[in-house]
Amino acid sequence: MLLLILLPLIGFLINGVVGKKLPKNVSGWIGSVVVLGAFFLSLKYFFSFLSDSASPVEERYFDWISFGNVRISFGLYADQLSSLWLLIVTGIGFLIHVYSISYMHDDENFSRFFAYLNLFIFFMLLLVLGSNILVTFIGWEGVGLCSYLLIGFWYKNDSYNDAAKKAFVMNRIGDLGLLLGMFMLLFYTGTLDYKELRALASQGGINSDLALVVSILLFVGAIGKSAQIPLYTWLPDAMAGPTPVSALIHAATMVTAGIYLLVRTAFLYDLAPLALDVVAIVGVATAIFAATIGVFQNDIKKVLAYSTVSQLGLMFMAIGAGAYVAAVFHVLTHAFFKACLFLGSGSVIHTLHGEQDIRNMGGLKKWMPVTYLTFLISSLAIAGIPPFSGFFSKDEMLAAAFSHNKGLWIVAVITSVLTAFYMFRLVFLTFFNGFRGTEEQQHHLHESPALMTVPLIILALLALIGGIMGIPEALGGSHWLKHFLAPVTGENTHSGHALTHQTELVLMAVAALAALASIVFAYVRFVKQHTLPPREGEERGIARIIYRKYYVDEIYELLFVKPVLALSVAAYELFDILLLDGMVNQMGRMTQRQGRWFRRIQTGNTGFYLIVMALAVAAVLGWIVWQVG
Amino acid sequence: MTMFLHIFHAVPMHHYLYLSAILFCIGVFGVLLRRNAIVVFMSIELMLNAVNLLLVAFSAYHNDTSGQVFVFFIMAVAAAEVAVGLAILVTIYRNIQSIDIDALNSLRW
Amino acid sequence: MLILVILSVALVGSILAWLSGNRLASKVALFISLLNLVLAATGLKLASEADFSLLAFSASWISQPKINFQLIADGIGILMIGLTNALIPLIILASSSRSLQNERVFYALILFMQFALIGVFAASDGFLYYIFWELALIPIFFIAWLWGDGQREYRSKVILKFFIYTLAGSLFMLFGFIYLYLKAGSFALKDLYALNLSEEEQKWLFWAFFIAFAIKIPVFPFHTWQPETYTESPTAGSMLLSGIMLKMGIYSMLRWLLPVVPEGVAFWTPIVIVLCVIGVVYGSLIAIKQDNIKRLVAYSSFAHVGLIAAGVFTFSKAGLQGSVVQMIAHGFNVVGLFFAGEIIYRRISSYHITRMGGIRNFAPHFTTYFLIITLASVALPTTNAFVGEFLLLYGIYEYNTVLALVAGLTVVLGAVYMLRMFQRVMLGNIQPSQPVFADLNLAEKAVFLPLVLVIFACGIYPHYILKLAEPAVDAILQAALR
Repeated sequence: MLLLILLPLIGFLINGVVGKKLPKNVSGWIGSVVVLGAFFLSLKYFFSFLSDSASPVEERYFDWISFGNVRISFGLYADQLSSLWLLIVTGIGFLIHVYSISYMHDDENFSRFFAYLNLFIFFMLLLVLGSNILVTFIGWEGVGLCSYLLIGFWYKNDSYNDAAKKAFVMNRIGDLGLLLGMFMLLFYTGTLDYKELRALASQGGINSDLALVVSILLFVGAIGKSAQIPLYTWLPDAMAGPTPVSALIHAATMVTAGIYLLVRTAFLYDLAPLALDVVAIVGVATAIFAATIGVFQNDIKKVLAYSTVSQLGLMFMAIGAGAYVAAVFHVLTHAFFKACLFLGSGSVIHTLHGEQDIRNMGGLKKWMPVTYLTFLISSLAIAGIPPFSGFFSKDEMLAAAFSHNKGLWIVAVITSVLTAFYMFRLVFLTFFNGFRGTEEQQHHLHESPALMTVPLIILALLALIGGIMGIPEALGGSHWLKHFLAPVTGENTHSGHALTHQTELVLMAVAALAALASIVFAYVRFVKQHTLPPREGEERGIARIIYRKYYVDEIYELLFVKPVLALSVAAYELFDILLLDGMVNQMGRMTQRQGRWFRRIQTGNTGFYLIVMALAVAAVLGWIVWQVG
Repeated sequence: MTMFLHIFHAVPMHHYLYLSAILFCIGVFGVLLRRNAIVVFMSIELMLNAVNLLLVAFSAYHNDTSGQVFVFFIMAVAAAEVAVGLAILVTIYRNIQSIDIDALNSLRW
Repeated sequence: MLILVILSVALVGSILAWLSGNRLASKVALFISLLNLVLAATGLKLASEADFSLLAFSASWISQPKINFQLIADGIGILMIGLTNALIPLIILASSSRSLQNERVFYALILFMQFALIGVFAASDGFLYYIFWELALIPIFFIAWLWGDGQREYRSKVILKFFIYTLAGSLFMLFGFIYLYLKAGSFALKDLYALNLSEEEQKWLFWAFFIAFAIKIPVFPFHTWQPETYTESPTAGSMLLSGIMLKMGIYSMLRWLLPVVPEGVAFWTPIVIVLCVIGVVYGSLIAIKQDNIKRLVAYSSFAHVGLIAAGVFTFSKAGLQGSVVQMIAHGFNVVGLFFAGEIIYRRISSYHITRMGGIRNFAPHFTTYFLIITLASVALPTTNAFVGEFLLLYGIYEYNTVLALVAGLTVVLGAVYMLRMFQRVMLGNIQPSQPVFADLNLAEKAVFLPLVLVIFACGIYPHYILKLAEPAVDAILQAALR
């Protein structure tokens, strides 16, 4: 297993140290091949877990942090759950590496880009494979670092740097929660090891209050990393990074780390139903909130970013409803189609030389058939149209929501209707009707090279057929994924089991038809009627508020950023300089003043000194006599 | 020696005390009232000698020689002091053509 | 015996550097300090094999009052000596690539400082310890005063203030020591540990020692000498002050405060720990808006050290172990940060962040090293500071949850000010006012490379430090529980 995580690290070191001297292609392929190697190793683990008797693999290397009775070892642990993540990280990671060879080809810091990507894969693997929360935390912070480095990859642009910093800081807020959660676990149980904690939980060694507080704190960490309310605003800004980065980090892998953590510690959440409710509410609120924003965005990547936030919200909702498997299922399918969507948008942006505004696109399907088709397939998948993969995973989540709470279900269905609408708004505005860009751009329109389209095709295929992992029993499937994950999540999680097959079928039909209706509506509006989103600054009423993302960034700026900066200045100038240092200086000045006063005694008149001396001696003598007498 | 002590003891102790007290007071007033540095200096010597006298007297009465040892010690120190002190006075005189202590007021604030 | 050799090599080195003349001084000093590093490494190796026989030395010195020349380095002590001896060569190397006036005095003072610091870390006789403690102030005063950058008149004021402030604090300690001597009849550490003091005595003795240490560290609100002193000192001075000298304060708390007046500590901890935690947040907050890179580092260092002090006062195993790890981590990181500031100053003659920006365009190597050190001070996992911060925060958590949350803000605020600084200094487009910026030369790389290696080594395998410090920490806790 060490080899598995070391491969990307080796790639990072090669690219980081000597990458500049290598030809671009070599450096790119080194980066890709190490990830491919990791992918094959992951496959090996995956296949070994396919047999029913397979037990988790654990390897411990050395004691990392130990004090008193606490021993936190540096260990890796692989089971069914992590093997799935391994496949996504290395598999999709490899495709995106290959894609980047072409996409980033003209960049002067090509090898640095691959170094960072490799480093990201390394940390992501560490996150997934950590045998205790603290090793996971290394990866957790490490991917945050890579995200910082890659968002700010084009470091000459200061607004990109701001976005990178924002992402890192917001993640750190979540990390503080995670850290406190770890402290609490460590304090009350003495271990952070997943296996030991799990065993402890099953023996009743963790009481429900502890489980509640800890799981909420861990969820705070997940909120930061997986961009949920109230810490989601970094993700849309993170689109400043190169598009492959958005696809890899900010859609397929890193942002799902929160889901991974929650499923990994599901045994805690099972003990604390209240925590699950919190997760569900935050999730569903994020889902609908981000979906409404997505409807009014005009930047192709921003739409996808809000869609990611929204989909992640749905996954959290599923977890909150106790449907861990459904959430994992959606992570998998979402990784396929969202990576494909991002890479597709990258392909579009590439051919348009950096244009990201969908108001200036249109009609691209004529020039870019492959991109168009793959984009369409993925959009159908995310909209939840059968038989695309998203349909199965989304419906499982909806069913879980339905059996948990009807309100959740209603909001989730509205979200998926909105999702279908904004995704097809995107598809129609980008690929249909005539081209709205400049002559110059039109002249350069072309399909992307094979290095970019092949990953697109593979991902689109996965998005198309990924659903077979979890065809529900209601549709005559056997839901392979549920059985595969059973050792981790437990056989009898309450994921929509209360529902009869009939109800489930009805729910599916409702959701699919609603999504279809919303696509038709989008078609009529944007293709038939040629409606265009309003120009900058011409939005009216509620559309304006939503277009400006409900002014959340501005509110945060006003509530947190500005006061902290003002406080910083005030603390420095008023408190530190004026008050504290003033007090210290005052002490010095007081001494000086006293000195100035006392030195008057030194008149320089010798006679005066002598008299004072004589009087003092007399006084002392007198005092002694008086004492004795 | 015993002869000498005998004479010595013939004078009662309190006479020595009075004498040295008077000498000492003369010295003190001399230091306090005179402005000529040499006179002040002599007055200090007078005070020292008053103490010396007392020490010798007690030493004789108590048959303890350590008092006399101290007197020698003081005399040695006083000699050294005179040497240094007079040298300073000479230098002062060379500088300001005066040994009036009231004129020595440049070491003031 | 080895400990005596380590101590005297520094002193001899100081004299040799002074004798060798301006041209050779830096090389002689570097050679001697490297030699001393090897000796310290030998000491560390012995200590890790639990063989402390060579790390203790005792000779009678003054019989009345009873003062012995006694040096005993326990696990923490030898770690601190190791830190000192590892940082001094780096500091010498960092200074040697810039020509200075009167170099022989400069390097002699640095080595003399090393001598005093080693003495503080090793002395186990209160009087001897006090002598070394005060001795350390003399070389740093001259280094900071004579070789600083900027206006001389203002600098004199600042450095004088630092001198008087810390000296005044030490007087309380002297008073405390005299009182203890009268009670125990000895200055020896083990006699002081065995001393039976009433609770009242412990309560006021605590402040006698605490104020001296708190000023040196510095703990909020005794810190106001620090930012300006760091800013006005030459970089070598700032490195010595922040990298090693302030550890004297923390180390002394571990060795001379906690076990000597445990009840006093227990009584005052609620107040003191809150002061420390205030310092953490306060320092971080102020660091956000600083425009002078050295002052920014000074405030960040103040914040980090507050966390270490808070960890010490939790009186828990995690807190104490964490403080040891973090002392070492902070030593290396802050030296790295100051050196980065120095490198920029050499090229653009300014410490003002507003005049920087876009340096990454010219200096990829510098950027890499600077980034790693920045991230280490943000306490990213696998860097040294993470281990320390984790343990410290855990120790504080054990003490009080709310305090841990407040102190934990350092995780967020640290990222804010460090990344803000990094962005404004390194990133962005090329500044028209700064059309060139030379990348690191060999000597500068030679400083950064060991720093970075240590950062990762301590971050990935802190077990070595933890193991070495554990018996000493246990002994401290044991002595406190008498």
